[in-house]
Amino acid sequence: MKMGPLLALTLWALSTVSAQAESLKMAVTTSFHNSGLAEVLLPEIQKDTGIEVQLLVVGTGQALRLGEAGDVDAILVHSKAAEEEFVLGGFGVHRREIMFNDFVFVGPSADPAGIAGAASATEALGLIAQNGASFVSRGDDSGTHKKELGLWADAGIDAEARAVSWYKEAGAGMGASLNTASGLNAYIMTDRASWLKFGNKGDLALLYAGDPALFNQYAYLPVSPEMHGHVKAELALQLEDWLVSDRARDLIDGYVLEGGRLFVFNAKR
Amino acid sequence: MVETILPLSVENAVVRRRGKVLVGPINAEVSETGLTIVMGPNGAGKTTLLRLLHGMERLASGGQLKWQVPEPQARGQQGFLFQAPIMMRRSALENVAYPLTVHGVSRKDARKQAAEWLARVGLQDSADKQATVLSGGERQKLALARALIRQPQILFLDEPCANLDGRATREFEALLHSVHEEGTRIVMSTHDIGQARRLAQDVWFIHHGQILEATSAELFFEDPKSKEARAFLKGDIIE
Amino acid sequence: MNDILAGLLHAAHLIFTLDADLIEISLRSLRVTLSAVLVSSLIGLPLGCWLAVQRFRFRRLVIATLNALMGLPPVVVGLIVYLLLSRSGPFGVFGLLFTPTAMIIAQVVILTPLIASISHQAIRDLWAEYHDLLISLNTTRRQRIMTLLWDGRRALLTASLAGFGRGIGEVGAIMIVGGNIDHATRVLTTAISLETGKGNFALALALGFILIGLAVAVNLIIHSLSRTEVSGRW
Repeated sequence: MKMGPLLALTLWALSTVSAQAESLKMAVTTSFHNSGLAEVLLPEIQKDTGIEVQLLVVGTGQALRLGEAGDVDAILVHSKAAEEEFVLGGFGVHRREIMFNDFVFVGPSADPAGIAGAASATEALGLIAQNGASFVSRGDDSGTHKKELGLWADAGIDAEARAVSWYKEAGAGMGASLNTASGLNAYIMTDRASWLKFGNKGDLALLYAGDPALFNQYAYLPVSPEMHGHVKAELALQLEDWLVSDRARDLIDGYVLEGGRLFVFNAKR
Repeated sequence: MVETILPLSVENAVVRRRGKVLVGPINAEVSETGLTIVMGPNGAGKTTLLRLLHGMERLASGGQLKWQVPEPQARGQQGFLFQAPIMMRRSALENVAYPLTVHGVSRKDARKQAAEWLARVGLQDSADKQATVLSGGERQKLALARALIRQPQILFLDEPCANLDGRATREFEALLHSVHEEGTRIVMSTHDIGQARRLAQDVWFIHHGQILEATSAELFFEDPKSKEARAFLKGDIIE
Repeated sequence: MNDILAGLLHAAHLIFTLDADLIEISLRSLRVTLSAVLVSSLIGLPLGCWLAVQRFRFRRLVIATLNALMGLPPVVVGLIVYLLLSRSGPFGVFGLLFTPTAMIIAQVVILTPLIASISHQAIRDLWAEYHDLLISLNTTRRQRIMTLLWDGRRALLTASLAGFGRGIGEVGAIMIVGGNIDHATRVLTTAISLETGKGNFALALALGFILIGLAVAVNLIIHSLSRTEVSGRW
């Protein structure tokens, strides 16, 4: 056997696998990442502050767990009740609201349940249930899933009333659930960004949006250095300062996807 | 100078497998010099007997092999040729060199000696061939060179010519003859009566795992004592 | 059919334009899996060989366990390694979670039983062949293992390559312990998973074709390297 080239290959494989800059790990939700805003913000953050932000794209539930375990330095999620509990539990230093976007309902372009003319989000859900029109739920305990369950509760349609014949729990991320809805030609609630970026729309169309109940508040939570001594608390605070700066406001408010504005900056300073 | 390991005495040796006695009890002595042929019908236990002498079979309690030196030293002074020669997946030269390299001889010295042994058995032109592509006769000669490279005092051979044609058998016997001339003690099994007549100085005749006769070749072929040996030499089937 | 064609075209485009991101994640895929294969081979090959040569009381049990572990679900391995490496887990102090090192560790856990099991089977046959000779030549156990490893190197290479095949295409475990972080722990398989989630089937498929091409290329390269010295064949 010629050992030379194999040895070279081996050395290369084992050589330093990761180059460490001043990096900070932040857990974010799938919906935030799918919006594409991160790709605009991260290079600017690196340019302005020198921080390389490494994104862990997970569901809200897992993002909070990552923060509790101290495996990330900060989280950016959208589930107010769970976030407040996180801070109360001592895992987060505080909760800082940054911006919001909104959820929309999409479904078959023929709109068999007729939700396009609904007066509110809850009425739209009522129409879907009445007609027994297929509806795909994330079913993965994510922020989006929790939001959806809250809306069903507001509409007075409890879990037992949502029959398996039309209510399908995908147990998957936003993209996979959208693929499922596209395959079944079913209704689904999604954040606007994921919908706009989604490449496999099929017969689906955006049918209902605009109810303030569908607004989706993002908040930034640095992980507490008292709980986990190793977290990069200083970098996390530096990042927070940047996220609430005028520069961030301009970039967030100015972010346009497929001709539409996605996020509204609302951080209090 | 290496101490001589012979004679070997075997006392009350029994080999059992799954409760059945394959060979024994054996009481015998392998003297310092000579060429002993182990004869007997198929299934008599020739292979097991040779393996027993080589220390490859576990003896039932009570039996023992006694060399003139302790076991580990004696092992290094023995060679063994199996009926189907075991070819390592290496070149012919490296097969012959293996017993030296594995016991710490430098690669260069081992290859030099191996080349000499290959020449001696007439395989110098096949040195770089993979051993597994050699013919049956070549394999057996290669195995012989490999068994002899550490210059053992005693060489065991288990029907080495069973699968060889006439010419290969003749060549192999000539090699064996010269090895014996140089003083190597030989114990070989065969069920080819002609080969036994050509080579034997002594004969052990075994049947049902027992040595029925251990005598000089002359006496054995002239006047066998047991009726089984008489029948065997006549060419009858014996059970 | 359209999607597949689009995938092929996209793959060709990415390759011919030497797309920087593509090269980065492909190299990372190779590094992670080659490192894991190397470590697993250093453990698995001698282990498989030792199991073939050595008789001991629980040998059959160990071999059966090893064979069963070949089917370890990567997701479960990923989860366990995750919990061990998490800051709140026993090895948290090393801060390895969400690094390529964590991905290598998870893959070593997945690949070692596979490599050990395949090499055990290959060496068992070789040992049956060599047994009498090596006993007759009065070799020690260590010498036997070294001889079998060397003479069985062709089969062992196959075992390692099988490990590589499983590792390079693995997504469940490395997604969990690596986190699929862009420019840090994103590899081909996790990128495929991500793009599929976004509904970008063409890009996902393109990455898939590149992954397959890479696996084939590595196999061909290693086979040709290992064949250069051989004069005969068996």
